[in-house]
Amino acid sequence: MSFINYPAREINCKIVYYGPGLCGKTTNLQYIYKKTNPDSKGKMISLATETERTLFFDFLPLSLGEIRGFTTRFHLYTVPGQVFYDASRKLILKGVDGVVFVADSQVERMEANLESLENLKVNLEEQGYNLDKIPYVVQYNKRDLPNAAPLEEMKKLLNPNDVPDFESVATEGTGVFETLKAVARLVLVEIKKGASE
Amino acid sequence: MSFTQLILYDEQFKQINEVLEKLYTETNAKVIFLVDRNGQLIASTGETENLDTTSLASLTAGNIAATGSMAKLLGEKEFTIIFHEGYRDNIYISIVGRRVIMVVIFDERSSLGLVRLRAKKAGEDLTKIFDALMKKVESKTEEGVSPFAEITDEDIDRLFSE
Repeated sequence: MSFINYPAREINCKIVYYGPGLCGKTTNLQYIYKKTNPDSKGKMISLATETERTLFFDFLPLSLGEIRGFTTRFHLYTVPGQVFYDASRKLILKGVDGVVFVADSQVERMEANLESLENLKVNLEEQGYNLDKIPYVVQYNKRDLPNAAPLEEMKKLLNPNDVPDFESVATEGTGVFETLKAVARLVLVEIKKGASE
Repeated sequence: MSFTQLILYDEQFKQINEVLEKLYTETNAKVIFLVDRNGQLIASTGETENLDTTSLASLTAGNIAATGSMAKLLGEKEFTIIFHEGYRDNIYISIVGRRVIMVVIFDERSSLGLVRLRAKKAGEDLTKIFDALMKKVESKTEEGVSPFAEITDEDIDRLFSE
């Protein structure tokens, strides 16, 4: 749920990176953080365990520029991917404006991808959202690995509705900003639609 | 989407700030801020210069969300107050009108009893302001219309052109 702040001339939106454990959600945010101009970002917060696994969420505030005199600010969040952190994942989806599903391309992680996608649908529905209706993009991460599944197969399994999707190698940054821009664009289009209804 | 968007107007912003300023003076607090439940900072007052209020806002909302889930597990409706006691500073967090979170940071110049007493009154005042604000947003009157009703695809394209 976006927040329009007239006194500050700002519009704030929330984007959540979802996906199975170790698929690269945090890595996406870290790359964005590393490559963004210091003026347009805030501090990146990671609530992680001692072994650097996300415990609650990562948070990165980012400003993308102005529209009609309003600064567009995106708050990027990741969820903890590990299955048993489901209660935390539900909380982070509250008030979401757009979702990025980060899939792990490794063949042996395909089941984990499907399980996580199903979990995303269920958790969104619990909050009253429908994945088919909210701004949503898919990212196939780790495309550089030798055991990466064929792209066509992944598309068929994970993106049957043919939403915008991107191949990525988040550790090197390939596809990271393309994914972010695509979801941010969808969010703004949705806000525009919502505002003119 | 069927969710009501939060829009903050100058008029309500002024009223909110007045309530916060009053509470700030009455309690001798260091910092007071308001956050919506999704972690967006709404207003702040006090010694905020060296404070990362954006991060604090997001973490506060996460904190409230986690506490709310704990309440549900215990069969409680919600825990409306959270208190963190530190060596130097303390944080008093309360839910206002079910939708916003008020955070008061204070040190030994104030006391929990005082903050609690005054925050309750401020919370009532803020609830009235937010009720009026939500009515205005939902009414979709001319002044309630979002500035984003008129943006064009080109406006959006321009944002991503670099």
